[in-house]
Amino acid sequence: MTTIHTNVDVTAAGSRAASLVSVIADWITTADHKKIGRLFIGSSLVAAVATAVLAAFLGLERMSASSYSILNGDSVVQLFAAYQFSLVYAIVAPLFIGLAIAVVPLQLGSRSLSYPRLAAFGFWAWASGLIITLAALGANGGPGGGNSNMVDLYLLALGLVALGLSAASVSIAVTVLTSRAPGMSLLRTPMFSWSALMGSMATVLTLPVLIGTLAYLYVDHTYGRVAFGGNVDVTKWIGWSFNQPQTFIFAVMAVGVLAELAPIVAGVRQPLRPIMLIGITLVSTAALGAATQSTHAMSWTGTTSDKVQEFIPFALFNLLPILGVLIVLALGGLAAKAGRVKPTASFVFAFLGTGMILVGMLVHALSLIGPAALAGTVAQESSTLYVVYGAVMVALGAIVHWGPKLWGRRLPEKQMFGLAALSLVATVLSSLPYVLAGFLDQPGNAVAGWSYDVSALLNTVSTIGHALMFITVLGFIGLAFKHFTTGALAGDDPWDAHSLEWSIPSPAPAGNFADIATVGSAEPLLDVKPARQGASA
Amino acid sequence: MTLTLASAATPAPKRQALVATAVASAAITMLMAGMLGVWLRFRAAADTRMSSDGRKVIKDWLPSDIKIPEVSSNTMLAGLFFGCVMAQWAVYAAKRDDSSHRSVALAVCLLMEVAIINAQVAVYSQMKIGVTDGAYQTMFYAITGVVVVLLAVGMAFTSVTWFRSVGGRDNDSHVVAAHALYWYVLTAVFCAVWFVVYVQK
Repeated sequence: MTTIHTNVDVTAAGSRAASLVSVIADWITTADHKKIGRLFIGSSLVAAVATAVLAAFLGLERMSASSYSILNGDSVVQLFAAYQFSLVYAIVAPLFIGLAIAVVPLQLGSRSLSYPRLAAFGFWAWASGLIITLAALGANGGPGGGNSNMVDLYLLALGLVALGLSAASVSIAVTVLTSRAPGMSLLRTPMFSWSALMGSMATVLTLPVLIGTLAYLYVDHTYGRVAFGGNVDVTKWIGWSFNQPQTFIFAVMAVGVLAELAPIVAGVRQPLRPIMLIGITLVSTAALGAATQSTHAMSWTGTTSDKVQEFIPFALFNLLPILGVLIVLALGGLAAKAGRVKPTASFVFAFLGTGMILVGMLVHALSLIGPAALAGTVAQESSTLYVVYGAVMVALGAIVHWGPKLWGRRLPEKQMFGLAALSLVATVLSSLPYVLAGFLDQPGNAVAGWSYDVSALLNTVSTIGHALMFITVLGFIGLAFKHFTTGALAGDDPWDAHSLEWSIPSPAPAGNFADIATVGSAEPLLDVKPARQGASA
Repeated sequence: MTLTLASAATPAPKRQALVATAVASAAITMLMAGMLGVWLRFRAAADTRMSSDGRKVIKDWLPSDIKIPEVSSNTMLAGLFFGCVMAQWAVYAAKRDDSSHRSVALAVCLLMEVAIINAQVAVYSQMKIGVTDGAYQTMFYAITGVVVVLLAVGMAFTSVTWFRSVGGRDNDSHVVAAHALYWYVLTAVFCAVWFVVYVQK
């Protein structure tokens, strides 16, 4: 009997191990867009937690501008490089690319993503590049790094990150362009899918410019070090890719999330829908400034004619994305006015997050106006933080909204409202003090070298903001892990929504749609649902 | 409750290969435009001097001891244009279900790509410059190296399309069209590189 029991245990243990290996192998080799998207999302959220910790450490060091308290002076350059890199390429870009990969085929009524293996390659290239980049920075590589081999490795790994994100973006763009359900013209494309098209195209147009520059830097640094200033000038050549307006491109999909959710919570069809599409498109014009690596500042000097001549390119490169966000917010408000709003946690996350992105854009525009004297100050870091943390807020809302379709269960609304409020406080506390510090001439990317009265206060408040963002994202991950595995079943259409993904079971089955549906309007589910009481059609 | 929408017949494929190639081509264009932009920036910043007869201003961007092998570089350009004709012939044949001509055209394309890479190697060997010799040399190897990578990707694309053609994929016209699009974009990109790097110098 004992022998038989042992055999059963061994068999069961072996079976469990085989099952675990099979699950891991399935995730590693998957071509299912929902799994690839979740790999991107999960990795980015973990990166967000780690980056908030790093930002808090840098904030602690900045509390005393006279000496180094925690960090080694030699490592500060690498830590700032890791911080800037992570904010953009470990958090905001992959987070929204992952959301788009997971959600867009469902919204379009498609059975799969176009070129899913290209998207899977994109994930693994990005993930490998991310790890190697951080390892190279940790081993004294990167901008200003003293280890020559690690500087080379950093340049290669950054290229791998850009290649991975570009590959995944190609897959998203081709899906929107070729895999829409019958009857779904581009004008009928759901708002988030439209923003995914705009955001991924802008990514495809800008990241190759970074790859080309990295090719020059790598060849120069590895062989000659005669043209590009060696390790010292790395940031001079590729710094644009970690700053505004490049970050606006990755936030295009965040604006699309708000445009998607506003008419859903109001229970109406989106009024002036084509204008909303134009608004999202205007945000993606940030690609103009990113691809040309040009900063069109306004010195605000000379005659009126001089000022007008400066203002036109300034407006074209810096104000168009702001106009786009304003249009989306205004038309979202119009939808709310036309219907009866039932705010959800996902909408609150998206609305507040988009507001933060708008503030970041405004701070960026302000920093380019000469009399403000914010160039080179920590105010530019503040702009990045507003955009990135605002985009993270929107992404959390998007996960709350589409989570049921990916995991079959929903997150608790009450706790999500609390996290939305906390994330707002975290974003404001971490970013606003740096705007004020910028006016007091605190330099960017430095932990020492300034002196003004409230320096300790402002940097302490910002550090608290980073710590709160750490708590927000960690709390969200914990709640998501709990409720997406054992939480309440969501039902097929928990939000009374409008687009095709809500017509199939939750979680979406393999192959998504048993039958391909015909679409007769931009809100196909409203065509077959009774109108919500009190909401205009 | 699962909502039921009017179902449709499975839609026809929407030429995904062609659209994907178009999007990738946009990326390639931006890649080379960015690299040429940096090249021109360095060139514009180079020192200037008057020619010996005092009639024109010369930029000292190209080191005086370097001679650009124009025959090899022009051969590359001509090879790309010839490849375009072959790629379009393949599209023409594919539309008429003429598999033998389609396969021959693609095979010639592949041959042209080998010839173009051979011409690039000839450029390197005739110029006899080292990658560590100076800013011009470093950047020359970087930009032409990226062109070689794009040509290698083109070779892989042509090989796959050719193997599919030889293997009897007769409903492959959109892939052949995508292949032709890649050739056109590669030719346009090389035209710019040829003018800026090999002609304008």
